[in-house]
Amino acid sequence: MQKRHIIPLLYILFLMLPIYWLIAMSFKTTGEILSGFSLFPQKLTFDNYRVIFTDPTWYWGYFNSIIYVSINTVISITVALPAAYAFSRYSFLGDKQLFFWLLTNRMAPAAVFALPFFQLYSAVGLFDTHLAVALAHCLFNIPLSVWILEGFMGGVPKELDETAFVDGYSFPRFFTTIFIPTIKSGVGVAAFFCFMFSWVELLLAKTLTAVAAKPIAATMTKTASSAGYELGLLAAAGTLTIIPGAIVIYFVRNYIAKGFAMGRV
Amino acid sequence: MKKQNNRAWFFVLPVLVLVAFNALIPMMTVVNYSVQETFGNNLFFWQGLDWFEKLLRSDRFHASLGRQFLFTGSILAIEVPLGIIIALSMPSKGFWVPVCLVTMALPMLIPWNVVGAMWNIFTLPDIGLLGYFLNHTLGIHYDMTQNPLAAWATIIVMDVWHWTSLVVLLSYAGLVSIPDAYYQAAKIDGASNWAVFRFIQLPKMKNVLTIAILLRFMDSFNIYTEPFVLTGGGPGNSTTLLSIDLVKIALGQFDLGPAAAMSLIYFVITLLVSWLFYTLMTKDDQK
Repeated sequence: MQKRHIIPLLYILFLMLPIYWLIAMSFKTTGEILSGFSLFPQKLTFDNYRVIFTDPTWYWGYFNSIIYVSINTVISITVALPAAYAFSRYSFLGDKQLFFWLLTNRMAPAAVFALPFFQLYSAVGLFDTHLAVALAHCLFNIPLSVWILEGFMGGVPKELDETAFVDGYSFPRFFTTIFIPTIKSGVGVAAFFCFMFSWVELLLAKTLTAVAAKPIAATMTKTASSAGYELGLLAAAGTLTIIPGAIVIYFVRNYIAKGFAMGRV
Repeated sequence: MKKQNNRAWFFVLPVLVLVAFNALIPMMTVVNYSVQETFGNNLFFWQGLDWFEKLLRSDRFHASLGRQFLFTGSILAIEVPLGIIIALSMPSKGFWVPVCLVTMALPMLIPWNVVGAMWNIFTLPDIGLLGYFLNHTLGIHYDMTQNPLAAWATIIVMDVWHWTSLVVLLSYAGLVSIPDAYYQAAKIDGASNWAVFRFIQLPKMKNVLTIAILLRFMDSFNIYTEPFVLTGGGPGNSTTLLSIDLVKIALGQFDLGPAAAMSLIYFVITLLVSWLFYTLMTKDDQK
């Protein structure tokens, strides 16, 4: 190990400390947490997790979040693929303005849209559905996907398209059987970012749901305030929200560095 | 050259419809509210540009805007250099690379209110790891809920914890795209470490850094959930950033007109600053 590697090591240590504390808390009873400081759980308990896995309002929170995040990722990538292709291959009337306008939506503060979104989705009868949250998150995930995918597609030589058309491929067949497989790491990176931003967002998700599609993060806030100060339970629920992210990131680990380098950069 | 083809619009249409549905209708609603006054019961009265005028002169808005710029400025000043330093000192290949990347990306994938809650229990004065360490081991009096300075330090450290990895990952991606031949040439020329950084690594990282800084600017300027969960905007109003203030006005006091006017001004400021960053950072490419 070289001397300079101490810097990333210290950084990772700094990153892990609060996460360790959250996990440690989740194995303590609320009584133990409040009675004083201890670095490790004294009496290891799984009660906090048992509550979450047996109470439907808790575990449905996870399902709800995963459902709308998945719907959002599928929608975002599906519509972003042809759009990114158009931006990367053709010049058309208003293309630059359109691209910039798309990106401006990535800059809109979610707080600005909270109330109008509530009214809009109530008006079209989608309030408290998974689809509402998935569609609302398209606001920032579609522009981001288009941006990322356009970067990847720019790296694919145009000769690929031309050769395929000369060989008699129709456009849909070329696009699905040749082009998308060519940029599959780009699709992976874009899907990763869609997942990430939809999974972590709460303000809109909370505004657009009441009971049926309530995300886990909102269940947590409610529990924190209503059931007294159940720190252990809160910590266990928090710990469980880290797991889906960790799984996704494990799958794309090789794409992240390579993916960025091939894409927009 | 790209082919000129206006039929490409058909490819863009689904994106356009979905984003427009989510962006234009709510935006129009906001514009509509911003020029009216309401006393409930769906009664609205024309108000003109009064809300904008009042807001631009209000001390409360100036204060939260000032806090917002202070916050965004501080985190950019810390996260960007720190991220570059970490990316430069990471191993370039081998088993440890994916391990580093996965662990570093982890904080970014935690829901934002969990981040707030996590830092809350991490910093509790007597029973949190950090709070206990500062108060009882180092003997520094630290209580985020009492002391504005401690609250500020905590939200900044929390954001550094949460987002520095984005700068690291992007810078690292830029660094690994540099061919070895560049470094060999620099070695033959006897270039110093600083020269290698200044003339080889930094130019190669420029594009990714532009993206990183832009993303960090937008997201930190719009930040809501994490500081809200952690400090609730307090103690007093000391950590009430723009979004927190906006939600207080819109959903707390239900002052739709002023909240809408504030939303628009907020959005315009974000747009302007992003555009400014973008033009400044890509200026050299145009030459």
